[in-house]
Amino acid sequence: MLTPSFLLAQFQSGLTAAMFLFIVASGLSLIFGVLRVLNFAHGSFYMLGAYMAWQVTQWLGAASVSFWIAVPVAAATVAILGGVIERLLLRHLYGREELYQLLFTYALVLILGDAARILWGTQQLAVPRPPLLAGSFDVMGIVVPHYNLFIIVLGPLVALGCWLLLSRTGTGRMIRAAAWDREMLSALGADVGRLYTLMFMAGSFLAGLGGALVTPVRSITPGMDVDIIVECFIVVVIGGLGSLWGTFLGAIIFGQVLAFGILILPGFSLFAVFVLMAFVLVVRPAGLLGRPVKR
Amino acid sequence: MALLRRVPWAVLVFVAAATVPWLGSRFYTFLATDIAILALFAASLNLLLGYTGLVSFGHAAYFGIGAYTCAILMKTHGVPFVPALLAGTVNAGACALVFGLFCVRSSRIYFSMLTLAFAQIVWAVCFKWNSVTGGEQGLNNVPYPGLDWMAVIPMLGDLRAGDRYYLVVLVLVGLAFAALKRIVDSPFGRILTAIRENAERAEFVGVDVRRYQLASFVVAGAFAGFAGALFGLFNRGVFPDFAHWSKSAEVLIMAILGGFGSFWGPAVGAGVLVLLNQQITSYTQYWPLILGSILIVLLFVFPGGIVGALQAAVRRLKERRDA
Amino acid sequence: MLEAKGIAKSFNGFAAVGGVSLAVPAGGVTAVIGPNGAGKSTLFNLLTGHLVPDSGSVAFQGRDITGAAPHAICRMGIGRSFQHTNIFKKLTVFGNVQAALIAHRRKAHQFWTRSEGLYRDEALALLEALGLADKADAVADSLSHGNQKQLELGIALASDPAMLLLDEPTAGMSATETREAIRLLERIVADRQLTLLFTEHDMEVVFQIAQKIAVLHQGRLIAEGTPAEVRNDPEVRRVYLGGGH
Repeated sequence: MLTPSFLLAQFQSGLTAAMFLFIVASGLSLIFGVLRVLNFAHGSFYMLGAYMAWQVTQWLGAASVSFWIAVPVAAATVAILGGVIERLLLRHLYGREELYQLLFTYALVLILGDAARILWGTQQLAVPRPPLLAGSFDVMGIVVPHYNLFIIVLGPLVALGCWLLLSRTGTGRMIRAAAWDREMLSALGADVGRLYTLMFMAGSFLAGLGGALVTPVRSITPGMDVDIIVECFIVVVIGGLGSLWGTFLGAIIFGQVLAFGILILPGFSLFAVFVLMAFVLVVRPAGLLGRPVKR
Repeated sequence: MALLRRVPWAVLVFVAAATVPWLGSRFYTFLATDIAILALFAASLNLLLGYTGLVSFGHAAYFGIGAYTCAILMKTHGVPFVPALLAGTVNAGACALVFGLFCVRSSRIYFSMLTLAFAQIVWAVCFKWNSVTGGEQGLNNVPYPGLDWMAVIPMLGDLRAGDRYYLVVLVLVGLAFAALKRIVDSPFGRILTAIRENAERAEFVGVDVRRYQLASFVVAGAFAGFAGALFGLFNRGVFPDFAHWSKSAEVLIMAILGGFGSFWGPAVGAGVLVLLNQQITSYTQYWPLILGSILIVLLFVFPGGIVGALQAAVRRLKERRDA
Repeated sequence: MLEAKGIAKSFNGFAAVGGVSLAVPAGGVTAVIGPNGAGKSTLFNLLTGHLVPDSGSVAFQGRDITGAAPHAICRMGIGRSFQHTNIFKKLTVFGNVQAALIAHRRKAHQFWTRSEGLYRDEALALLEALGLADKADAVADSLSHGNQKQLELGIALASDPAMLLLDEPTAGMSATETREAIRLLERIVADRQLTLLFTEHDMEVVFQIAQKIAVLHQGRLIAEGTPAEVRNDPEVRRVYLGGGH
């Protein structure tokens, strides 16, 4: 069973899962890093991204480009929804206790979950793989779908893009400063409100993007929102909440442990991930690359 | 007003609730049992939410653990009611201890994330461990506790089994409420409120904050397990839904709806939400949507919940009278 | 009484406190001064266990307390106040002091006795000394800023400390409030024979009550000595009067 090709197959499927997870979790981490709000509805945005992608491909029909239009449209729609929610509702809770922000995003989980059920029903939906990436490679006797390879390349590109935006642009520097000290930032005259909306939209965009990209390989179901948010939580706990590269590392570890955990506990590989998370919490409570919090 | 406060409301409600079986309706007894158990469940959550200031998104896990432990012992192993109930309570508390060790680390945000994550794993165990938990189908036909001894008590002889069980639940829930009240009114309870108000300051009056948060989590988990054990028997079966995150959401909203700033608020919230659920689910299946909308309205308009709003109204009346 | 040896703390490469050694004599009043961002609050947080130093050690009454948790340090007899008023806002004034008393007397684990009225007399006596006795049943949040600062002092005193660390005890107070607060503080320190270490931006207050002054600048101690010595120190004059902050 432990042939090199089997190990390679597990490795690539773990890496693919990790990159999906990273794209979504990085949005959660970015929002938290700047707004200090943990968005429980981030998984719901991911789910909406998936449903939107399905919807757009339905409208466009079987055209070979329909998937490539659906993905950005879905992600942008989710980003706009995120922006609207931040502007109209969440904003009014910044001055209140942490508790109210948490409960607010939690209420969104309930509402968006049911809204998706009303709009799209409870049936499993699927989007076909885009024709451009429908094929697969044959490497060392295992089959690697082109689509998986695309995701494995896209994940690091997203990470690099985020990092460049944060470290090389003026807005990015402001964003990092906001994470460091938001009072000082507003004293410097930056429009913190606009920055927050922008950041919430960017984070939501990543959630929607992840949801849209996952449609060709996983079926779209109600309930995918809570599954992904729990996975995202584990990733950011392992990697460090608010740290981009920590999230990246956490996602890779999550994916690999899940893929190889099957060898130890068939059917229960999620438990292996929990054991790992518990271990990280004991040795590094702030996560592998997280900034230690004041106690 | 002072007179109003001197009325022993809790005792009155208890006595009134004890008359429900004689109303002669199975449905009323059913509703009253449901409310009594969920009221305790919500009050147990409030030890965390209202007193310690910790938001748990996975409280149903301990409700589920209590329910499964008690039901498995009674159905599979033939254990009598009282030891099974106690085992459910203790096991829920023990699991809360293990998970809590991780949940109270770092910050309140980590607490909320991890409670949800651990609850999902409890749910997954209930859902997948077919040989013990019955998997997706759950465990059906869990035996009722033997309540024939109640026949010797005057007036209880000709009650139905459901009514008898309701009276047992009522007494046990009443005792649990008395115990919880005693805990929140103790020095321990005072320290929990101090932690809620300002963990940093509490740490610097010499309180080991994490240890007390953990203690609160264990006590809350044990009471949730107690409620869960009673609920499983009432339901005559236990299902993975008991530990599902949506159940955690429901109990959280009960507590906030009633008002987590007061001891009895969550119990009131449980009563209102159960009745509301009865009404609404006959019109629509979108119960979570309603729950979420209720929560948002509460957060923006009535953060103190029903009891908080009533207290504010009473205060305003009083001020107007005094003026 | 309290001795720090070469303690240092950096945040993301920025050295907030870089190797500070400071000895606080028993029974004395010591002030730490320095411009904004000099590292005063970080230094306090290192001394009371809210931050763990990257290097160096802290000893209290001869015992090494480096890296000990805040609650453990508090129990050894150090009381502190914070720069931002740090009280239990929604508890009553009495409840604030009571919580501190419960923690200090190690009754926090008692979950089956009643807390109502517990330590009422002691708490009232303490509040009396602070001039807050008539507000005992008010919610702490409703007090004036000055009174909240006094309540915070009361919380610190409830654990019967041998030493008090106060971070900007008069921050945000008016001139009159400051005068009263200092008079009160002096009386309490004398009555209880406390060792006091405090930071303060109001130089008048510092030179009025401190017997020893330590000057912090960019995370380093640049001068230490009696008020007269510090006042005439050329380095201090340069930092405060010369090149600005």
